Amino acid sequence: MTVNLPDAEAPASTLLEVCPLKALSTERGAAALVRGVQVALFRTFDDQVYAVQQQDPYSGANVMSRGIVGSRGEAPTVASPMYKQVFDLRTGACLDPVGKDPRPLLTYEVAIQDGIVLVGAARAVDANHVPGAP
Amino acid sequence: MAMLEPTARQHLVVVGGGMVARRLVDALRARDDAGRWAVTVLCEEPRAPYDRVALTSYFTGRHPEDLALGGQDLWDDPLVTLRRGVAARSVERQARTVTTADGRTLAYDSLVLATGSYAAVPPVPGKDLRGAFVYRTIDDVADLRAYVEGLRSELDRPVRGAVVGGGLLGLEAAGALRALEVDTTVVEFAPRLMPLQVDDGGGEALRRLIENLGVRVRTGTATARIGGDRGRVARMEFTEGEPMDVDVVIFAVGVRPRDELARAAGLEVGERGGVVVDEGCRTADPAVWAIGEVACIQGRCLGLVAPGYTMAEIVADRLLGGEGTFPGADLSTKLKLLGVDVASFGDAFAKEAGGLEVVISDPVAGVYKKLVMSDDARTLRGGILVGDATAYAALRPMVGRPLGADPAAYLLPEGSAPAPAGDLPDDAAVCSCNNVSAGAIRCAVVDAGCTDLAGVKACTRAGTSCGSCLPLVKKLLTTELEKSGVEVSGALCEHFDLSRAQLFDVVRVQGLTTFSDIIGRHGRGRGCDICKPVVGSILASLGTGHILDGERATLQDTNDHVMANLQKDGSYSVVPRIPGGEVTPEGLIAIGEVAREFGLYTKITGGQRIDLFGARIEQLPKIWKRLVDHGFESGHAYGKSLRTVKSCVGSTWCRYGVQDSVGLAIALELRYRGLRSPHKLKLGVSGCARECAEARGKDVGVIATDQGWNLYVGGNGGFTPRHAQLLAEDLDTEALVRTVDRFLMYYVFTADRLQRTAAWVEDYEGGLDAIRGVVLDDSLGIGADLDAAMAAHVDSYEDEWAAALEDPEKLRRFGSFVNAPELPDDSLAYVAERGQARPATDSERRQSGVLIAGTTLEVRR
Repeated sequence: MTVNLPDAEAPASTLLEVCPLKALSTERGAAALVRGVQVALFRTFDDQVYAVQQQDPYSGANVMSRGIVGSRGEAPTVASPMYKQVFDLRTGACLDPVGKDPRPLLTYEVAIQDGIVLVGAARAVDANHVPGAP
Repeated sequence: MAMLEPTARQHLVVVGGGMVARRLVDALRARDDAGRWAVTVLCEEPRAPYDRVALTSYFTGRHPEDLALGGQDLWDDPLVTLRRGVAARSVERQARTVTTADGRTLAYDSLVLATGSYAAVPPVPGKDLRGAFVYRTIDDVADLRAYVEGLRSELDRPVRGAVVGGGLLGLEAAGALRALEVDTTVVEFAPRLMPLQVDDGGGEALRRLIENLGVRVRTGTATARIGGDRGRVARMEFTEGEPMDVDVVIFAVGVRPRDELARAAGLEVGERGGVVVDEGCRTADPAVWAIGEVACIQGRCLGLVAPGYTMAEIVADRLLGGEGTFPGADLSTKLKLLGVDVASFGDAFAKEAGGLEVVISDPVAGVYKKLVMSDDARTLRGGILVGDATAYAALRPMVGRPLGADPAAYLLPEGSAPAPAGDLPDDAAVCSCNNVSAGAIRCAVVDAGCTDLAGVKACTRAGTSCGSCLPLVKKLLTTELEKSGVEVSGALCEHFDLSRAQLFDVVRVQGLTTFSDIIGRHGRGRGCDICKPVVGSILASLGTGHILDGERATLQDTNDHVMANLQKDGSYSVVPRIPGGEVTPEGLIAIGEVAREFGLYTKITGGQRIDLFGARIEQLPKIWKRLVDHGFESGHAYGKSLRTVKSCVGSTWCRYGVQDSVGLAIALELRYRGLRSPHKLKLGVSGCARECAEARGKDVGVIATDQGWNLYVGGNGGFTPRHAQLLAEDLDTEALVRTVDRFLMYYVFTADRLQRTAAWVEDYEGGLDAIRGVVLDDSLGIGADLDAAMAAHVDSYEDEWAAALEDPEKLRRFGSFVNAPELPDDSLAYVAERGQARPATDSERRQSGVLIAGTTLEVRR
């Protein structure tokens, strides 16, 4: 497999090619390096692709891509493989902090063009936005 | 602890070391926070109080130690002195002293007589011949067993035995004889069995059930004499009818209070014996009390443990200044005699005027049930249940209360009756052994926050003696939890309404093999980290293919997904299987070389194998390629599956070993390797009773005996350590393997998610006895299914790692980055400690001078 690392010097606003969509398994994450940063990519059942930070905010280990993908209500989710906190893949919000303080994940812009997955800049964190919260 | 000066402390002497005596000491120590009383217990038997009610289970494979009541803690209490094997000889009431058989004199401030009863022996000629026994203590049953086993070895025909007395105790004794494979006859003077508990209809049903078990019954028969041959029992003669040849006779005609100390001390005794006490359990001497079977209270002695416990609680209360009085005895009983349920409660004989009887008698099914109702047919007064007593737990607390349904509905077979009990009044007694009301159980759930049966048992003691009320306790618990909004439906998660066991059944029966199909038919949504691994495990248990095949890979937890154990920094550990802990020098060297080459931290595990830490995800296939080439296979340290079978060295080397424990451990490990289960499984095999393999700390523990193997189940270490309990004794290897097969498969079929065997056995209705029925006697008729399922597992086993290495599609999962599959995670950092790598701490990372990046870079030096 060819190594095609997105340029660490590229402006953060541009979308960078990461991998072919078909390189991502459905409902299982994969880690990617984007501008030298570890990102976790998830392809859900309906072929949406989400990108969040690879670092688990609770353990500090780079493992988020190895969590189980699922759903909570309408939200597509990933559960941290380390201590099982559950996050909304769309917003990064922590839906189940397992008794800890909720810590969100950074999310990244994602686009798919011609079967290629492109990842852009991290979105601004809106810790107040929790889907479904009143 | 003690808040009073020693001089202010009073001394309580308890004469007798039975269940009631223990209860008194337990209750007193639980309430006497100030340490007002020091207690000395004089226990004539050489052992601490034990569960006499369960005596017969001694013959079905239990050891004397299994009859122990509660923990040792009570006897370790500095204010409690237990003197085993020391009887009281006399009481001097003026001096307030007790003289013991070993010649000491103990002063008392209060004295409690809890001497219990002795087994009555009728004055028939021949009663003292060898081979005539009573049935009261562990020593009695041990003598009986030794005698019968001695006879069996000298006779070339079955041993023949008779029990004199067809009451509760007599049928217990008959059960004991049958367990010893003695050809048994029960001889009862009254016209029916259990004349004190059941009526003629119930007695007839009981007779039929017991005769079906091969026990002969002679009612209306009086024993005239026992004939001997060279000093041993040989024959019984009756006042009417044919004599009978027998080798062993057990007298079980009732008990008499052991009131001789009280008589000698000048205390009043009842007309039929027993120390007369008032409603506070006190004799005419204010410093002397009597409780349990020796007490004559309200004009009678009571031979059941529940009223004895009540008396113990009253005396504990009064010793601390309380005013408790005896409320009258509940003589309700529920027993399993010879495997036959018998229950009797309330006004079972309709003695109160105007009672109506509702009777269902089904001789074909072997069931007789009767409810006694008030004259308006609304209020339950009592009842008798023979053959099926499942309704007992729900009915007994309703005595004296309106049933609120057609009484006959309660008598229909299990499952078709309405489920009562949820709305039981707070003051209704649920556990009569420990006098726990429905209100107390609700309180334990609502106020004390108990959320499971074990919690409620620990908090209230309900169900901790005979256990007959446990179904009701569970129902109350569930109802309260539901009321407070706690999810108790058993539903796995928001995606499945089914429990794991139910899901297992539908997947097995419908032959489903994919998650999409399963959640499409039986669930909703796309699953989560709860239900996906459960489905993954079920599919793997059913042998439907590799855990990483296609969609199935998405179900696996990270450990199963990469077939290694995730560590705190995101690296993994690797454990090759070392069956039974036996490894060749070449194997050790191979593992060592792999560890050295990849810079892995190496540690011996508790399961007698080697754990290699610090492997990065992209290194796992390379490491396993090397291990597989050297003949190793996955150790499944990452799976909810069989982990290890630990063994001692056994008879091949050990001076004391009686069986080849290593050989058996290897055979078991190779048989069950890869078996996915609701939680991890650990086994152990010890080659002799010294138990060096710690097998009783395992889910399945095997301990060698001279005759074969003893099998223990339901042990574990961890957060709540449990000793495994004896399931079967002296099995040959073939029977052992079949029994373990069925035990494990039945667990896999029916346990909850993440429920280890100990909790499964405890929660299983009927407990270990019921599970023993399923796996040894095939009581559910599913033995063949369980055997076939295990055979399928054994046949379809393949090494997961070897299979993955053959498949490029599976290997693709091990790339570190989708766009740089061989690039290491640069956040991993290690420092050297005692010559090996370990993850750097946060502060070590900050002073990056000591850093070693990636294990393979530096530690390989």
